[in-house]
Amino acid sequence: MFKKLLTAAAISLAGTTVHAACGIEKGNVNILGNEFPAIQTIGAGAEACAGDGVTVKTNLTKEHKNIQVPSLTSDPAEYTVAIVANSSIVPLMNDDLIQPLDDLIAKHGGNFNDNQKITIGGKVMAIGFMANAQHIVYRKDLLEQAGVEAPNTYEEVIEVAKAVKDKGLVKYPFGAAYAAGWGLAQEFNNMFIGHGGEFFKDGAMPNVNNETGVATLEMMKSLTDYMNPDFLTLNNNEINAEWKAGNVAIMQMWGSRAGPLLAGEDTAPGVAENTVLSHPVTVGGGSMPATTLWWDGFTIAKNISDEDAEASYLAMVNAIDPSIMNEEVATQAVWMIDGYEPTPASAGVFATIEAGATPYPMIPFASLLHTALGAELPDFFSGKESAEQTLADVEAAYITAAKEKGFITE
Amino acid sequence: MKHRTFFWFFLPTALAMLLFIFLPIISVVTQSLFIDHEQVFVEVENCNFFGCNTVSVVDTEATEQLRAEQPLGRFVGLGNYINRSHLAFSEVGEAWDKSDSVGGFFNNIFNLPLYRALIFTLVFTFTVTPLLIILGFCIAIGVNSLNQKIKGFVIFFSLLPMIVTPLVGSLILFWMIDSRGIIGSSLQVLFDDPDLSLKASATLTWVTLIVYGVWHAAPFAFVVFYAGLQTVPQDTLESAMIDGASRWERIRYVVIPHLAPLVTFVALIQLMDNFRVFEPIVGFNASAHATSLSSMIYSDLDGESRLLSSAATSSVLTIIGVVILLFPVLIRTWRDWDRKY
Repeated sequence: MFKKLLTAAAISLAGTTVHAACGIEKGNVNILGNEFPAIQTIGAGAEACAGDGVTVKTNLTKEHKNIQVPSLTSDPAEYTVAIVANSSIVPLMNDDLIQPLDDLIAKHGGNFNDNQKITIGGKVMAIGFMANAQHIVYRKDLLEQAGVEAPNTYEEVIEVAKAVKDKGLVKYPFGAAYAAGWGLAQEFNNMFIGHGGEFFKDGAMPNVNNETGVATLEMMKSLTDYMNPDFLTLNNNEINAEWKAGNVAIMQMWGSRAGPLLAGEDTAPGVAENTVLSHPVTVGGGSMPATTLWWDGFTIAKNISDEDAEASYLAMVNAIDPSIMNEEVATQAVWMIDGYEPTPASAGVFATIEAGATPYPMIPFASLLHTALGAELPDFFSGKESAEQTLADVEAAYITAAKEKGFITE
Repeated sequence: MKHRTFFWFFLPTALAMLLFIFLPIISVVTQSLFIDHEQVFVEVENCNFFGCNTVSVVDTEATEQLRAEQPLGRFVGLGNYINRSHLAFSEVGEAWDKSDSVGGFFNNIFNLPLYRALIFTLVFTFTVTPLLIILGFCIAIGVNSLNQKIKGFVIFFSLLPMIVTPLVGSLILFWMIDSRGIIGSSLQVLFDDPDLSLKASATLTWVTLIVYGVWHAAPFAFVVFYAGLQTVPQDTLESAMIDGASRWERIRYVVIPHLAPLVTFVALIQLMDNFRVFEPIVGFNASAHATSLSSMIYSDLDGESRLLSSAATSSVLTIIGVVILLFPVLIRTWRDWDRKY
């Protein structure tokens, strides 16, 4: 622990010397973002720009999604920078709370690649710095003992899980975040995309109550036969804890969350060295991987002074500069930044990008369908309802919400 | 107290209530009568690290104009109250027409979010409240008859469930009742059923939440009753003993009548508290099997969708629910007061 603290201190010191001058004359920078090691690195990089007449503050919290809209709506906005992902940028776009970055890029440039620019309607709205995806993670030793190969489809995942279970290696071989709410809905989205589904038709009307939706639910249900029976209450944190205890042989997990498992902290012996972050799988004979791609990037608030906007832009550009890359930072995420060399922790996400997975839909009403799925799907998995009834409920709940938000009119 | 003195005495409280209770309720009621503006979409190209595709985004200029014209949104009257997320009039009517039995009708009704939340909230409120009063009373009687030396120690331990933050308490129990946790696996051995899971079945989840509710709130009833026990007239107790009353008879005919007003007080507070049950549902990740009125409001406000009008409507319905729930108790208090003065 002490050693770690020292390293962290050394890194932050090194950071300060390298980025002492960020080219900011004056201004206030206040950053809102999610909380995990990669974002903390970015936050620290921006804070290194603080100095004479320049203040840099950060609020990195898991609650960022809940406060971003209200805190950027006020004029002047509470935060000058919001670090977002492809789902959380949508509410900011819907309410016109972030500004195009083209002028700032033209004026100040920045050491990043063109493909890091997130453009919407020809305007750069965000600069991306890392990628993320859910993919298959497996235990090399358990699969070998069961005499099976790593799977390429969900049908094979079931075969692998069955082989591991039949050998009596672990009781509940498969793990995925199926807890009621966001996680379960996200797994539905993945599987639905894998089956070639389209979420919407005729504008904002839902399109999940059909054969594709039923096939999606049935595949998910067959997977639950190999999961801990408490699966409707288990999220990423709990699944990871089960993984560390050596109770899971194969799981669907976020690259960003599976990477730290390789370090083997608080882990049963033999688990970390056999953990492989592999690749996404397909389903139902489809070619599209049953997963979605995600990016994280920064945006600049609209309701702030030009001075603060420039200061914010320069601080963030400094924070994502290729010079931040070192051995520890490289293991924190799949960076889009130049000079980043892939590590075993990033293999899964790279495989997902190469497999041509689709990004999570950046649609104004996608989050409403996501919420409706999260609330209604548990009835199917607890055996209360048929797949058709559940999907009809999902569509009804979504339509009610979409009418309230003005996406669907009578 | 003179009216004038009373007025000045009460004024700060009244102002605080106006500011922090009355005005927010007005704002919530107003919000519940409106919905968002129609959103105007435009199709644009979206490019990122992974490639380009066409997406639809909200045309913020056009929406801004609508917003300036009608800052509160579109007025829908009671539209939010009767939609599927709330009282669901048309869905209830349809369920009535379609179902061939009363059981089938209720099955369809409890598939609607508000009714599903309401049934759990009511079951929770009306099982937890009496149970915690009985349990709290028993603990109070037990502790009161303890030796002075260990009393303080036992009181401290009896209060622990209330001292622990609800969310933390439920999270700790969440892991203990896990099928691999200490309680979960003990139950599996006890019932000789290796697949027994408290979290997988709806019934057992409800039982768990109710047990948690009693565990968490019993100390409150205990403290109140224990304080009350210190005021039981010793003369009456002694004369009852001389008359040959047993311990049970003394409790039944002297102690319980003496504590009756406190029961009303505890019931009042706990009915309100239990009606807005929330933390254990979050702590136990139980939303698959149990939702409450408060957890409905929470999920409307949580995350990216922010259904403000829907949350406001659920809040107003919760307030109405609390009023209905407390009506009998309030009438009783009013009568008692009337009789005394």
